[in-house]
Amino acid sequence: MPVSSQTATVTLPTDEQILITREFDAPSHLVFQAYTTPELVRRWWHANRGRVTVAEIDLRVGGKWRYVSVTEDGFEVAFHGEYREIIPNERLVSTEVYEGAPVGDYPYEGTLNTATFAEEDGRTTLAILVEAPSREIRDAIIESGMEAGMQDALDLLEGVASSLR
Amino acid sequence: MARAATTADAFNAVAEPRRRQILDALAVGERPVNELVGLLGIAQPQVSKHLRVLREVGAVDVRSDGRRRLYRLNGRALKPIHDWVRSYEQTWSERFDQLDAVLEDLKQKEEGDASE
Repeated sequence: MPVSSQTATVTLPTDEQILITREFDAPSHLVFQAYTTPELVRRWWHANRGRVTVAEIDLRVGGKWRYVSVTEDGFEVAFHGEYREIIPNERLVSTEVYEGAPVGDYPYEGTLNTATFAEEDGRTTLAILVEAPSREIRDAIIESGMEAGMQDALDLLEGVASSLR
Repeated sequence: MARAATTADAFNAVAEPRRRQILDALAVGERPVNELVGLLGIAQPQVSKHLRVLREVGAVDVRSDGRRRLYRLNGRALKPIHDWVRSYEQTWSERFDQLDAVLEDLKQKEEGDASE
């Protein structure tokens, strides 16, 4: 039986960072496998907003990755990057560049993302730390994400809207 | 982008987990500091520090009621930020719910392999 669904936790630990955390009811080698195997990434990366059309992973230091997903109304979203550090089942460091419109008014070289897989008693906490080169770029990423998120925000955020009235 | 600085400051103010707890508590209605201290289980100076940060970005307003000072949420200033964090969390939560299903399959496959 799947465990009851938990929400991911998002925080902004410093001016340049975004941190996403979530616990999984599985050992770290399986979470790492699901995170780094193209046919498995295709099954979860879409976030129920469409489907993943490209999931390329060359899992070695200096190797490239690229994910493309297409929403049901045909909007394409693509990311790519390069692996910087790989400790199987423990830690994965990679760059990430969004292949969309420029982010705000700033030159955008992407972020450095560190995923850590911490296992305890057969459960794994996945933490994804997204580090931008500067606070301005992090905030620009957030603001561009905010605008994109607004498109389906009404459906998703009814509860929030009423609590903040 | 004059608006950006304000928005960014508010993002930092709202993203701290304790401050989000305070905002959740104030979403129900206005409260004095000592009630927030009781709800959060942390010392009053810390609660006051968080409230000061939230007031500086306009996320929280305060009014005097006799000798008490009552804090309340300024929802309009906050909503875009709160929406973004929730929306970003929602995207990742949906990804991770799918990932749960993938992991269940991998666990079953592993158990199957082990019993062969």
